[in-house]
Amino acid sequence: MFYTVSLYTALAIFVLGLIYKVSNWFRYSISVEVKDIPASARVFAAVKGVIRVLFSNKLFTLLKVFVLDVCLQVKVLREDFLKWAMHMCIYYGFLLLLLMHGLDELITPAIFPNYYPTLNPFPTLRDLFGLLIIIGIAIAIYRRFILKVARLRTSPMDIYAIAILAIIMISGFLLKGTKITSYSKFEEMVEEYTIQADEEELRSLEAYWVEKFGVVSPKVEGPFDAEILELGSEAHEMSCVECHSRPQWALVSYAVAAITKPMASVFDRANVSSILWHIHFLACFLGLAYLPFSKMFHVFTTPLSLLANAVMEKGKSDPANIATRQLLELDACMHCGTCSVQCRVGVVFEEIRNVNILPSEKIPSIKALVAGKELSAQEIRIIQEGLFLCTNCYRCTVVCPAGINLQELWFNVREALLERGQPEFLVLSPLSVYRGLVGESPSQPHYPDPIKLAIEAVYPAGIPLKKLDRTLSVVPSDNGLSGILKKSIQANTFSHCFSCITCSNACPVVRNYRRPSELVGLLPHQIMHASGIGLWDLVFSSRMLWDCLGCYQCQEHCPQGVRVADIFYELKNIAITRAREKISE
Amino acid sequence: MRFVMMRCCTTPIVLQQYEWSTNAVLEKLGVGLVDVKELGCCGYPLRNISFKAHVLASARNLALCEKENLDLLTVCNCCYGTLKYVDRLMHDDGSTRKEVNTTLEKEGLRYEGDIKAKHILEVLYNDVGIETIKNKIVRTFNRLKIATHYGCRILRPSSIVQFDKPNSPTKFDELVEVTGAESIDWLSKPECCGSPLWGINDELSLDLTENKLKNAKQAGADYLCVSCSYCQIQFDQVQRILLSQRGPQHRLPSILYPQLLGLCLGIDSETLGLNRNQVSINDIEFYLLQKAASQN
Repeated sequence: MFYTVSLYTALAIFVLGLIYKVSNWFRYSISVEVKDIPASARVFAAVKGVIRVLFSNKLFTLLKVFVLDVCLQVKVLREDFLKWAMHMCIYYGFLLLLLMHGLDELITPAIFPNYYPTLNPFPTLRDLFGLLIIIGIAIAIYRRFILKVARLRTSPMDIYAIAILAIIMISGFLLKGTKITSYSKFEEMVEEYTIQADEEELRSLEAYWVEKFGVVSPKVEGPFDAEILELGSEAHEMSCVECHSRPQWALVSYAVAAITKPMASVFDRANVSSILWHIHFLACFLGLAYLPFSKMFHVFTTPLSLLANAVMEKGKSDPANIATRQLLELDACMHCGTCSVQCRVGVVFEEIRNVNILPSEKIPSIKALVAGKELSAQEIRIIQEGLFLCTNCYRCTVVCPAGINLQELWFNVREALLERGQPEFLVLSPLSVYRGLVGESPSQPHYPDPIKLAIEAVYPAGIPLKKLDRTLSVVPSDNGLSGILKKSIQANTFSHCFSCITCSNACPVVRNYRRPSELVGLLPHQIMHASGIGLWDLVFSSRMLWDCLGCYQCQEHCPQGVRVADIFYELKNIAITRAREKISE
Repeated sequence: MRFVMMRCCTTPIVLQQYEWSTNAVLEKLGVGLVDVKELGCCGYPLRNISFKAHVLASARNLALCEKENLDLLTVCNCCYGTLKYVDRLMHDDGSTRKEVNTTLEKEGLRYEGDIKAKHILEVLYNDVGIETIKNKIVRTFNRLKIATHYGCRILRPSSIVQFDKPNSPTKFDELVEVTGAESIDWLSKPECCGSPLWGINDELSLDLTENKLKNAKQAGADYLCVSCSYCQIQFDQVQRILLSQRGPQHRLPSILYPQLLGLCLGIDSETLGLNRNQVSINDIEFYLLQKAASQN
């Protein structure tokens, strides 16, 4: 009764969870352009897309991907053998155990007509599959907690997944182990299966099982006479052997039985096997109910993502379907961390402690964003920074074992986030080259906004320079900045400048304009001079800082050995740090 | 002769032809390349935001090469300049070295400063040598005028890179002329291509690119020749945008040096990825054909 109720409760939660999760794929969207397509139209588009693929030669692509990436998981193998071994052990161990043990009333007899759970090869196979999973779990724990791969982050979700699996497996083996030694289990089976046996036969059968198969009996104890064992053997042949193989065949369980043997009679009296059975099936049901909400959901979503990505292409596929696929992809991420370990800028996380820099950690943030969670301006800025700190090298997308088009995801979310109007300073770096290439600048009305916003945030609209009649204070507005420059390894030569203008003459940006001061503010030599006398307002309000190419013409030509370009870099760093502090206040 | 191949972040997707042509050319010339999967960003794009992050990212690559005990080869000026800068910094500044190594040790890495970061031009000119290249050439260009574009970070700051004379460089020109092409003199030769501002100040970036294209054309160039990922993106993909915005009269296709040399080494145009360029360079093969015809 309890078993049935908990099974159906778990099943109901599982199904409802599944419906909820799948409905999200059609309800939400990441790209701005598909915001107005209703969910029903997206479902329709998806069905149409699937049918179209199934009746085209793309079907072969699907088959290929299914065999290589879903069944053999070549993508995982290519990256990391240990991870592949771990995953194969758990994946196939669990699948086979589910089919041949969890569902043994439904499936196994249909394939093996003479199936009997206690009859070989089934106990051996069951133990073997279980052992595979245990090995997998051990590798998983080793990788996550002992090996300490740089930037492989373990979230509570990863721990739950490993823990639930471990509880299922350990309780299973303990259950089987205690059943082997259990005297009451032995009595039950004798009751059920022995036919026409007298007292003596039963006693010798008991002796035989105690001697040969590890049953711990409170009544009899070895050593036994050969005669009794002989008689027991006959009774065994008669009643048991037909549908019960030697328990030793269940290798692991028998080992567990051997280890727990000294405690066996205590366990048996306390009915430990019943407790273990409850733990075992409850853990299974918990796993089932929690599955759509846990990382284990990837057993469904990852194959779907791999297959969908194999046949979809940006520009060719229906944008509605791409939007749906991106939501599916968010669920297909199983937080394996391959992307973060391989990320080309992952190491920057050691210096700028924002987890959103790591691709695998961007996914939960994007999930929160997409679900419309209320986020503070600060939270948005953090996610935005993480998304922008990316060289767009596509490595994450290439290595992702779930085939998720991560790069496209980042780009879409980035652009959508920028429209929320929080300044992002990384747009002022060459990381923007990609945005300029992909953004197709003239067609997008909002394209230049993030740059303006960032420059505004660094220094509000060119205040000092625009007002020509403004009197500048003779007392330098120094906030300890000269100190920072003097101590900086790259900028400490700024005070050597004697304002000869060579740097400004060499600067291709200055030379590009007829009246450069109107457009860029202070020219390079003026910035050096202003830094020397501490006129920071003038320095930081100069567009020149952000129009600097870093081409080193100024520095190369300086007769005084002032490292002009290096100083510009330092000034940019300081300006952004100051702006960040100002916003966070 | 073996190097760790440092692939620039831009090459795997938007500039695959640079990888293909480099691999093919270096193989012909007997230069072995080792791929180290863990290599990351050189740090260049991070310098505007955080000096320390840029040093760390760069030093990590050097440390990975030191682990392999091989020098590093890069095809990008920006990677090159950054790696050289950080290499010098790690050498000269004990406290930076200590700080960076403490962080790197988390993943079992350390940089002691024994690795040379080399640009592909440096390897070709100094390690392989003009003579060796000459001997391997099977066909040459005829009447082809090339505007050789050095790019900033292979020349400047000269105190750090030390590849060539910063104001009157010749090494890249010599490498271009090995192919039979003429490397012409042109006005803004050592200037920046404009790429660092693409995406930040597009108009200014296009101004600088346009100026370079104009000067090269005025000097009679048929093609630009480039040996940096960012410069090539600027002169090819951004040029395409420039042509649509500022008119087709500025058109001057840009070829990557390994593509140019590869053709003379007898490598086919598909391997060199000639048709992947967005401003087409396919016509450059006509200059080769003329030569072959005149020989026959």
